[in-house]
Amino acid sequence: MSLPEGWEMVVGLEVHTELLTRTKLFCGCANAFGAEPNTQTCPVCLGLPGSLPVLNRRAVELAMAIGLALHATVSPSTFHRKNYFYPDMPKDFQISQYDRPINAGGYLDLPDGSRVGVERAHLEEDTGKSTHLGGTGRIHGAERSLVDYNRSGVPLVEIVSAPDIRSAAQARAYAAELRGILIASGASDGRMEEGSMRIDANVSVHRVGEPFGTRCEMKNLNSLRSLQRAIDYEAERQYALVASGGVVRQETRHWDEDRGVTSTMRSKEEADDYRYFQEPDLVDLAPEAAWVETVRAGLGPMPAERRARLAALLEDPTEAQLDAVGTVVDLGVDGFVEAAVAAGVEADRAIARAANELAGEAHERPGLSEQSFAATLRLEQSGDLSATQAKTVLSTLALAGGDPATVARELGFERMASGELEGLLERLVGEHPDEWRRYDEGDDKLAQFFTGQVMRATRGQADGKAVLEVLRARRGR
Amino acid sequence: MAGLSREEVAKVARLARIALDDAELERFTDQLAQVLEHAADLEALDLAGVAPTAHPHGLANVLRDDEVRESLPRAEVLAQAPDVAEERFAVPRIIGEAP
Repeated sequence: MSLPEGWEMVVGLEVHTELLTRTKLFCGCANAFGAEPNTQTCPVCLGLPGSLPVLNRRAVELAMAIGLALHATVSPSTFHRKNYFYPDMPKDFQISQYDRPINAGGYLDLPDGSRVGVERAHLEEDTGKSTHLGGTGRIHGAERSLVDYNRSGVPLVEIVSAPDIRSAAQARAYAAELRGILIASGASDGRMEEGSMRIDANVSVHRVGEPFGTRCEMKNLNSLRSLQRAIDYEAERQYALVASGGVVRQETRHWDEDRGVTSTMRSKEEADDYRYFQEPDLVDLAPEAAWVETVRAGLGPMPAERRARLAALLEDPTEAQLDAVGTVVDLGVDGFVEAAVAAGVEADRAIARAANELAGEAHERPGLSEQSFAATLRLEQSGDLSATQAKTVLSTLALAGGDPATVARELGFERMASGELEGLLERLVGEHPDEWRRYDEGDDKLAQFFTGQVMRATRGQADGKAVLEVLRARRGR
Repeated sequence: MAGLSREEVAKVARLARIALDDAELERFTDQLAQVLEHAADLEALDLAGVAPTAHPHGLANVLRDDEVRESLPRAEVLAQAPDVAEERFAVPRIIGEAP
């Protein structure tokens, strides 16, 4: 999608991330996804009279970790009540930070070299979770709403970007990079599908050089793909509206993933009036410098640094290799690559196998250690296993564990004896003289034919590369 | 600070979901104006050298460790609900959306 020459979109993102604490922000109820409804509540997170909030130390540390990872400044901060009437907040207000957030003034550098400002990253509590019954399931048609307060009071950090983003692809890259940073800082698991990272997008369009247009806020962006599609759709919608003489109204819009459109959810003509006021039950938060420095020192390497470290293992890396490096860092399996390289595996092989074979969560491959990954790749590199066999060994190890060489033997992956492949090809050439003649005369497509025959004869156990080598050597003889 | 209008009071009441009749609106406009006038007395003081205070007492960093404490039994929690369905609080259908 592109707007006409001379026009551009302006995008700012608000990202909410749940923090990986054991307990909620202001009470000792468990912060755990997926529990039975309303089993993790107490007078504080139910907003019962007389209950008092006490701030979670770990949540403060994780909020600072996020701020520091985004190059923001940690400052003394306060908490406010944001008042509104909605049943997902039993107190009828949400405790948030208003004019004095814990982190302000940071930035995030994207892989393409662009920089997006981060205005603030503040602490607040999550709301309960509503389910809407009846009608179409959409909020407006619901007959009744059901509320589960397990999530009420779960610690959140809201990260507000500056309106520095100029395309949907850049917005997606920002969200992806931020997700990596949240995971690397230990603050979040970044699971968008479980709602532990949620994104709202503010979008406007304007003629370059003129003031920004009126913005609309997109909600219900449940994946990076939705984010990108919704922004493109919305910028086009606003442009078409303005170009035909219309006016963009400031409003909140709902993204419908199935239909690929946004629609009005709530007008913001009467500017939101949340009657913010200082939360009288909480005192100031003013982390002393030593505490801030301890958190800073505890931060591990961020994705950009890790990508650079892996890329440095490759000589003159190609675009595809750099993509694989990005995937390895996204998957958080840098350690596997480094262990393999330390064991003598070529970096290219280690990165490619890690990117392709280690997708999914670590708990889905309990049997695979960095050592057994490295050992398997060594067997592949030495020619004891073909590429296909190595992948099978990896997926077997992932579930059952064990020693790679033993597993390979149990799978019947014996290295073809020297000369065995040559003998097999000799026979196949005899059986398919026409195909051989065409290959011999230079038709490279026939190499595939012979590789296929060899794979069939060996039930996929031959090494494709070795087959090609033997074929080439035989050519023109 | 003086000169609080009936419209302003009506708006504050609406935001707080408090229904006021005309007589009440009159009475509370008057009372609220008096409260604000009292607070406005502070504006007469010279506070140029006083740092802003976020809280009346000087405490900061009152924190608790991240340790799980037992939650309330669900039956006890749901007994507080006006209505219950599927182990959740059942409320009238929601119009609009949370901020």
